[in-house]
Amino acid sequence: MTAAVFKPVADHAVLVQLGDQISDDLTARVQALDRAINAQMPQGVQETIPAFVNLLVEFDPLVTDHARIEAAIRPLLKNTSKAESTGRTHEVEVCYDGDDLAPDLMRVAEATGQSVEAAINMHLAAEFSVGMYGFAPGYAYLSGLPEKLQVPRKPAAVRDIAAGSVLIAGPQCLVTTLKMPTGWSIIGRSATRILRDDPARPFPFDVGDRVKFVRIDRSTLERAQTGGER
Amino acid sequence: MSEATLKVQFAGPLVTVQDAGRQGQMRFGVPGSGPMDRLSFAAANIALGNPADAPCIEISMGGLMLECISGSLSLAVAGGDFSVDRSGEKDQGWLIFALESGDKLSIRPGMSGSWTYLAFSGNLSSKQWLGHAATHASSGFGGGQLQSGQVLEITQTQRRDDRHGPIVRPSFVEDTSTFQVVLGPQDAHFSPKTVSEFVSAQFALSDAFDRMGVRLTGPELPLLGALSIPSEPVARGSVQVSGEGIATVLLADHQTTGGYPKIATLLSYEADRLGQLRARDEVRFSAIAPEEGIRKTRAFATNCQSYLDAIAVPKGTLEQRLMRENLISGVVTDNDP
Repeated sequence: MTAAVFKPVADHAVLVQLGDQISDDLTARVQALDRAINAQMPQGVQETIPAFVNLLVEFDPLVTDHARIEAAIRPLLKNTSKAESTGRTHEVEVCYDGDDLAPDLMRVAEATGQSVEAAINMHLAAEFSVGMYGFAPGYAYLSGLPEKLQVPRKPAAVRDIAAGSVLIAGPQCLVTTLKMPTGWSIIGRSATRILRDDPARPFPFDVGDRVKFVRIDRSTLERAQTGGER
Repeated sequence: MSEATLKVQFAGPLVTVQDAGRQGQMRFGVPGSGPMDRLSFAAANIALGNPADAPCIEISMGGLMLECISGSLSLAVAGGDFSVDRSGEKDQGWLIFALESGDKLSIRPGMSGSWTYLAFSGNLSSKQWLGHAATHASSGFGGGQLQSGQVLEITQTQRRDDRHGPIVRPSFVEDTSTFQVVLGPQDAHFSPKTVSEFVSAQFALSDAFDRMGVRLTGPELPLLGALSIPSEPVARGSVQVSGEGIATVLLADHQTTGGYPKIATLLSYEADRLGQLRARDEVRFSAIAPEEGIRKTRAFATNCQSYLDAIAVPKGTLEQRLMRENLISGVVTDNDP
């Protein structure tokens, strides 16, 4: 296990680096440190942003400084060595039916040498964990896609992919929240609202939580969409 | 209660509603957004007698034209060098004035500056997202981007005639093309020669410039080895370098994570100052120690507070106005050239 490195970021943050290579163990340690910092909230800390191998600690430079932040966080590193996730498990509904909702599903099945039904079942059987948010509001990178379902990203992005699309690329899966271009493969459409307008609980899951997909049929998706807000 | 309505006759691209920003949601992929130039935004509000974080309109170089359909109110314009035209009466920005039913207002870019702020003596009715009116431009969430034909409603309006007139500009904001950075957090991904080139060479802003950031032109900054850092959190003011060696400065609507190495990060107030430049303006970077960054940012905050306290006072009579302008120069002499 490598030692933690504290890197100053301008006048307002410290990047705490726990390693260089992505691994489940390292990400779990980052998440444990994130929980420990948020449980204690050292003076002047404004927010923490966890990612796969490091986390950013944003602070108020009028109240504290890089050295004080490092001194407050170093003692918390001890507790991250035997990190176990305390995250909650969420179910996300997905409809895999139809070329409009799942335009790349057949190609993914072919590329991974299985039937469409087998590919769907493999996606449903997987347990994902929220590794990081990024790219756009509510874009949660879910790791845990089985190796037998992995395909590389497309050489060029496709424009105007609907919000709620379920995407895969490499070992990751993602449910989009905005109409955006994507180079990932689109294997379904979700009815679960990821983006909310509640400052107290803006997103259903946090980094470290687990996600399971649950299959719904087209009429359930359509009912959810017409009954839904936004 | 009094109300005013203003019709948007024309709004350029990236004219948005902004409050002070939605901090604390970066872990969910949501940047703070808010004003590109935080001091000018606060100045517009404070000089008009508003809370410092009241929703304003951030006006880009595209400009804005409004017509007052009903009501009467005072407005403040602060930030950059923009011109203000009220039904044919021409003025410079950094001004507080009245608008009445039938008046037309046109705000356009002047000699310099990319953003100016329009504050209202009342509450600008605007959509909120996660408790804030700040607009995240690429999603449109928050108060949103202004559209021609849209009608703005200002509630609880009151005239603030005792505040009308010029707003003193913050003379402590330096006017140099050199910007202070702290190196890193990934300066180790560059050779010492590249890092020393970064802090000695001249760059310029390109026209790839929006609320997310601005791409720079200048010497290529080659990465050492392959582009291999895992996606990691990204701060406002980061100078990230793409695989082709091109630097981009990340601003108010930056992505919250990314896989490009950051050669340096601008001090917060320096990022705002750089965001007020225009395409083809030249910039250089000067590296300082993080401790020095903290010291400078605290000095800057002290100057901001004194300045905002001074412009918060209504102008009142001419004699009172002269007195206060003396006070303001007294406050900022430390940093005056």
